[in-house]
Amino acid sequence: MSLSADDVRKMARLSRLLISDADAAATLNALNNTLALVERMAAVDTRGVEPMAHAQDVALRLRPDAVTEADAREALMANAPAAERGLFLVPKVIE
Amino acid sequence: MSRPNGWEVVIGLETHVQLSTVSKIFSGASTAFGAEPNRQACAVDMALPGVLPVMNEGAVDRAIAFGLAIGAHVAPRSVFARKNYFYPDLPKGYQISQFEIPVVQGGTITIQVGEGDKAYAKQVELTRAHLEEDAGKSLHEDFHGMSGIDLNRAGTPLLEIVTEPVMTSSAEAVAYARALHALVMWIGICDGNMQEGSFRCDANVSVRRPGEPLGTRREIKNLNSFRFLQQAIDYEIRWQIEQIEDGHTIQQATVLFDPDTGETRMMRSKEDAHDYRYFPDPDLPPLVIEPARIERVKASLPELPAAMQARFAADFGLSAYDAAQLTSSLETARYFEAVVAAAGPAQAKPAANWVMGEVAARLNREEKSIAASPVSSAQLAGVLARVADNTISNTIARKVFEALWNGEGESADAIIEAQGLKQVTDASAIEPIIDEVLAANPQSVAEFKAGKEKAFNALVGQVMKASRGKASPAQVNELLKKKLGA
Repeated sequence: MSLSADDVRKMARLSRLLISDADAAATLNALNNTLALVERMAAVDTRGVEPMAHAQDVALRLRPDAVTEADAREALMANAPAAERGLFLVPKVIE
Repeated sequence: MSRPNGWEVVIGLETHVQLSTVSKIFSGASTAFGAEPNRQACAVDMALPGVLPVMNEGAVDRAIAFGLAIGAHVAPRSVFARKNYFYPDLPKGYQISQFEIPVVQGGTITIQVGEGDKAYAKQVELTRAHLEEDAGKSLHEDFHGMSGIDLNRAGTPLLEIVTEPVMTSSAEAVAYARALHALVMWIGICDGNMQEGSFRCDANVSVRRPGEPLGTRREIKNLNSFRFLQQAIDYEIRWQIEQIEDGHTIQQATVLFDPDTGETRMMRSKEDAHDYRYFPDPDLPPLVIEPARIERVKASLPELPAAMQARFAADFGLSAYDAAQLTSSLETARYFEAVVAAAGPAQAKPAANWVMGEVAARLNREEKSIAASPVSSAQLAGVLARVADNTISNTIARKVFEALWNGEGESADAIIEAQGLKQVTDASAIEPIIDEVLAANPQSVAEFKAGKEKAFNALVGQVMKASRGKASPAQVNELLKKKLGA
């Protein structure tokens, strides 16, 4: 399996990455090399093997349901590029 | 099954139920509603660099409670995944959700559709329910061309509950949504507040000719009232049928319902559909649920509505419809049970009629919950007891109830005594009234003698009126018949 230039442009758009045509060509090449490696792994027979969801064989740790975080709005928003009335301000996006 | 002009409707619902934990699903920030913007958003909710999510066991226990309540499989091991999309109120650039292995799998909810003779029961199969975090809120007005972002809601725990496409009308969809709403409040996992967004439905709607494969569906997003759910689905069904009958094909799309126009409009087409690129979240190992935890949650569950309905039907001889009405909320069921406990099982049917009738109507009119009813279950039981022993008629009982509601007395007995409402059963007191009524209504008497049954009822009514409702209707009937030689 190999990707097309269109696939790269689509992935860039989904990831909100601005990518030049020259970079797109280099990225296409790098991704296709990676896919070639994946294809070699795909040749391994994995029937009966449970898909792995996490690299470590551990269970999720749970915490009690309790409020432990106090309001720290001013500190947390101190480096926001734009804020007003306690809100982050961002370029308008309406879906 | 509704088949408008030979069309079959297929509906599946996805409901976002906000879980009633005090803290967020992956952080220790508060979930309380109505705080000032960003006062309940901590570093984790804002996705500041270096933070890690830690799972709230309160959210896990609520998901388990739901799974048990619908007879689903509670997965001993489920997996959290990243759902990737860009939007300013999702600061991480992904939502933590569950994809391939959800925590709750399968299950059914039984719904009662319609009323009276046309009522029927239906089993709605569920596909799954999974845990996920809510996003923040975008405010698009008043910020000189920019959008304001409030992340207080970001990280609020949600259970997304998904049905199979098994509903065939808006009535069934609404009955399911109501049953689900009642159930999540019953088991105490959600406050059910639809105005505050604690319970939101998405409806997948398609139409087809009977026997054909499923039609292309359109998804109506974010319906936060039962009325909107009904209106949006009805509009969507009409629109899809018209499109197809006019020779168009339905394109898969996501639509929004506009309550002002009563119409649905396209939000995005399939071409613009999100490609979420799900993958397991490396920050979160699998959620492992031990049998002991399931047992602990099971022990904390109240008797479930379906079990209570069956018990009401078996113990009190109530109809399925009555039993379903009485278990519309845990408070209603407990009130009804308290009335029956005080008045005796023989009074179950009248108690049911009162709770579903007079009590429900008054509460509705004054927008009160049954927990805040001015007439307590003990007081209502007192009214029923006096009807049962013929101290008062049903008409007077309503008067007594009204007086109790308005706080005119402590008990039915006190009000009957104070207002002189005791039923008159002494024939010597009723007979003179009957004589007067007969003398004053010779025409009715003549009509009755000519064979008109209705004239008799009119005379009974006159006697009851003249006695100011205090005569026993059964006794009036009997005495009147005797006087008229019937």
